[in-house]
Amino acid sequence: MRNAWVICRKELQSYFVSPVAYILLIMFGLIFGFFFWNALGFFINEGLEMQSRGSSFPMNLNEQIIRPLLQNVSVVGLFFIPMITMRLFAEEKRTGTIELLATSPVRDLEVIVGKWLAAMILYACLLLFTAVNFAFLFKYGNPDWKPLAVGYLGLLLQAGALLAIGTFISTLTKNQIIAGAVTFGVCLLLWVLEWVSGYESSTWARVLSYMSVITHFESFGRGVIDSKDAIFYATVIFLGLFFTARSLESLRWRS
Amino acid sequence: MITVKELTKRYARTTAVDHISFEVAKGQIVGFLGPNGAGKTTTMRMLTCFLPPSSGSATVAGFDVLEQPLEAKRRIGYLPETPPLYPEMETAEYLIFVGKLKGLSGAELPKRVDYVCERCAISDVRTKLLGKLSRGYRQRVGLAQAIIHNPDVLILDEPTAGLDPKQINETRDLIKSLAGSHTIILSTHILPEVEQTCEQVIIINQGKLVATDSVRNLQARARGAESVVLEIAGRNGTLEPGLVEQRLVKVAGVSRVACKNQRDIRAVFEVESQKGQLVRGDLARAVVESGWDLNELRPAAMSLEEIFLQLTGSETVTEKVTAKGGQP
Repeated sequence: MRNAWVICRKELQSYFVSPVAYILLIMFGLIFGFFFWNALGFFINEGLEMQSRGSSFPMNLNEQIIRPLLQNVSVVGLFFIPMITMRLFAEEKRTGTIELLATSPVRDLEVIVGKWLAAMILYACLLLFTAVNFAFLFKYGNPDWKPLAVGYLGLLLQAGALLAIGTFISTLTKNQIIAGAVTFGVCLLLWVLEWVSGYESSTWARVLSYMSVITHFESFGRGVIDSKDAIFYATVIFLGLFFTARSLESLRWRS
Repeated sequence: MITVKELTKRYARTTAVDHISFEVAKGQIVGFLGPNGAGKTTTMRMLTCFLPPSSGSATVAGFDVLEQPLEAKRRIGYLPETPPLYPEMETAEYLIFVGKLKGLSGAELPKRVDYVCERCAISDVRTKLLGKLSRGYRQRVGLAQAIIHNPDVLILDEPTAGLDPKQINETRDLIKSLAGSHTIILSTHILPEVEQTCEQVIIINQGKLVATDSVRNLQARARGAESVVLEIAGRNGTLEPGLVEQRLVKVAGVSRVACKNQRDIRAVFEVESQKGQLVRGDLARAVVESGWDLNELRPAAMSLEEIFLQLTGSETVTEKVTAKGGQP
């Protein structure tokens, strides 16, 4: 796996030498900053209202700010993931550098894991930006840090699953735009699948909503590690990377 | 060093490489010659484990490309048609990355990077972005990445394509200097390149092996017998080509005389002699004694181009090859 690390570092360098990483970081920071500002404004407003009504219902930072914000991040992530994964293999295929990787004494799996890991690390950097905002809550309030940590773990797992799918889609084409667009479509579908459960309760609806990546984030968002959800994400990660490996292999037989 | 047996690559509708067999001995430079689309790149890709063969086998440095690809890859340096460079990386960074991929580590890695930089004359662009390099430099960085792990076998796909004449010469010299310690296969459609760099030629056309031999043997084989070109001028204002032909045919050992072209009182003849017969002296004497001037007498060495045409011999190929052959 030394080779996977070599590939991972090279990929990270590609992200951070080009403007890609910085643009993603800035956009994500802006969007999340706006969410945070909004949520905080809402929270303060509600607090004032309660005070004026003389209600003594306890306000809770975890429940009223952190949890909805984590949910938001999980949805915003869907939009950023295609931008992270689209170049992974598509670019190598277009410029022909895939030939270098394929003729070097490295296993396909090492290449795939290296690239996926680099995408994970970039996504973790995006999450780190949100941590700056949460740090203010800890400075001026007294939220529980454990549900927040569990939420981050869930976000990472969810991103891992989607990034694995994106990596797979990136091996299918030479065109980054196509890879990005298809990944975006798939991510979006995997999100909205959950809506079915709103009006249907047949087995099919339950299966569809189970397949939605958002459904499985709910418990993490509440600060609960449900092994069922963790296993779901791990399975998708495994399947995504497995299909990537098969796709790379078939590339050789077909091209 | 390289053994290829009945190697075949089929695509859905076409057969790109059709039962090719050849062997390359250690330390040799072999030219892989053929028109565009002949299957050169496909064959090279199979040798480098990039494409699996449909049938047949290939071993590189004793390792089968299908059975032990990792071991084979460790011993191969490969320069694809377009050098596989990452535009956002600096030259030295890139070489370190490739070196690590090829299994180098520790103190050896920077040493090898220094060595290949010097060898390929790219030391002055070490800190430049690869995307900003000129074509010649890109090609040389490509070559540097191919030799960084000191491989037994070097496979170069059109290493001089797109370079200017000076760069072509430099690249050729570099490749020649690498022979001996490395076994080299280089593909090209430029014939003089093979004549100048390679010891052995493998000619393929439309996926099939046409000839494999040393450059010298191939020239001799295609020529069959010795042939000589003569330019003769008449002394007193006239020259009857017919008369000259009649006289030349009478020279002992001559099998065929043909008048190639005639202008005023000068004419060029090509004389073929039977194998093993040295006729040049007799020809010269016959011409002078008949009262003509002998302006030129030279052996008609057949260029690889002609051999190639003779061996592949199809019209479409002819056009392509003469067009490409014109390049320096």
